[in-house]
Amino acid sequence: MAEVPHFLVHSPKDNVGVVVIEGLKAGTDMLGVITETNTTLNLTALHDIPIGHKVALNDLAAGSTVIKYGEDIGKMVGDASCGGHVHVHNLKTKRW
Amino acid sequence: MASQYSNLSFKGYRRDNGRVGVRNHVVILPVDDISNAACEAVGNNVKGTLALPHSYGRLQFGEDLELHFRTLIGTGSNPNVAACVVIGIEPGWTKRIVDGIAKTGKPVAGFSIEQNGDFKTIMDASRQAKEFVHYATELQREECGISELWVSTKCGESDTTTGLGSCPTVGNMYDKLLPEGIYGVFGETSEITGAEHICKARAINPEVGERWYKMWKAYLDDVIEANKVDDLSESQPTKGNIEGGLSTIEEKALGNLEKIGRTSRYIDILKPAEAPASGPGLYYMDTSSAAAECVTLMAAGGYAVHTFPTGQGNVVGNPIVPVIKISANPRTVRTMSEHIDVDVSGILRRDMTLDDAGDALIEMIVRTANGRNTAAEALGHREFVMTKLYRSA
Repeated sequence: MAEVPHFLVHSPKDNVGVVVIEGLKAGTDMLGVITETNTTLNLTALHDIPIGHKVALNDLAAGSTVIKYGEDIGKMVGDASCGGHVHVHNLKTKRW
Repeated sequence: MASQYSNLSFKGYRRDNGRVGVRNHVVILPVDDISNAACEAVGNNVKGTLALPHSYGRLQFGEDLELHFRTLIGTGSNPNVAACVVIGIEPGWTKRIVDGIAKTGKPVAGFSIEQNGDFKTIMDASRQAKEFVHYATELQREECGISELWVSTKCGESDTTTGLGSCPTVGNMYDKLLPEGIYGVFGETSEITGAEHICKARAINPEVGERWYKMWKAYLDDVIEANKVDDLSESQPTKGNIEGGLSTIEEKALGNLEKIGRTSRYIDILKPAEAPASGPGLYYMDTSSAAAECVTLMAAGGYAVHTFPTGQGNVVGNPIVPVIKISANPRTVRTMSEHIDVDVSGILRRDMTLDDAGDALIEMIVRTANGRNTAAEALGHREFVMTKLYRSA
């Protein structure tokens, strides 16, 4: 069996991935898989990130657009570094 | 060309109107809130019946009243219902519902409480319900082709794993079974927000897509924009969604839409609780994104089996339609195992393909149609929730 990934990414256009294992600790060298292309990537976790929560795939400055499924899912309202936790504390919808 | 799914069959109950049910309920249906007590008394008196208490039915008017009638008539008409007793406070609206259900050809009888009181109504209705139980319990299941199955979908307590695993599993099932001639339906109007451009483009043609878009925009303008007091934090996405890692409505909507797969296109738009009338295929029903309301409306539209992807573990069921729970979240599958019918967490570990997950769901749909009780049925989840459009008169 292939190695179990720490995070999955929907599309090669995405700048966030989803942590898919429980108990991920800061400092972990992570294996990621882009499901659309079945390609792998490696990243070091900057934070403890709960299962299901997002990890930044590169440095995301406040104001930048977050892409997931190859689509705009909102904008950063705080900075996240590559490998950092992206969630409601630094990502908001652009509408309402 | 025949696919490996063309020869799938199940044993169902064929009704007089040609529809096929997978359950065989005798339902005791209240027209209004104040008839619940009588319905529940009949349900207690006659074993093998099922009372469906709800909260509304007095002084409603206009489109809200039409939806109330459509939901109750649709519920009684669902092919999972063998026969139906209707009880209302007065005879007029009671008869309207009885006449609506009678169009299916199934046994249905109405009773009203005014000038009889609860005692006499309960006695008369119980005698009738007992006859209906004798009738229903003698009906036999017969072999039916997969194309005779109507399968609805709506997800709940979603998280990022639903978009990665359980929703695409339902989509894979639809991509395989819709070409075999089944009826499908999805909805959740508020929850397409952020993916409306994609949903509009998944219509069978631009005219249907435009009608879909107008419906979606009207909800956004007339309900959400008119009533919201904040950015819908903790409602869309919900607290549970946020716990599961979903940050924005756009992210949630894109995951939600994975339920319609890669190739499926919807052929028409349905009003809430409206039965499809444009032939086999996938439909969009204008519904709330709240689980019990949405499943109740789809059941009233005539759908016989419901597929329900969940991330954080929504426990909803329905009294007349088996609700199959699918989860890809390994924590939910472990901590809430009694609620999950199909575990697709292998998709996240990359040791289960989407194709395998879709096949596992199809197998569970067939087993459920043959009579296997779902987790929600075994646990007694019978949420029956009417949708109300505005305040009563």
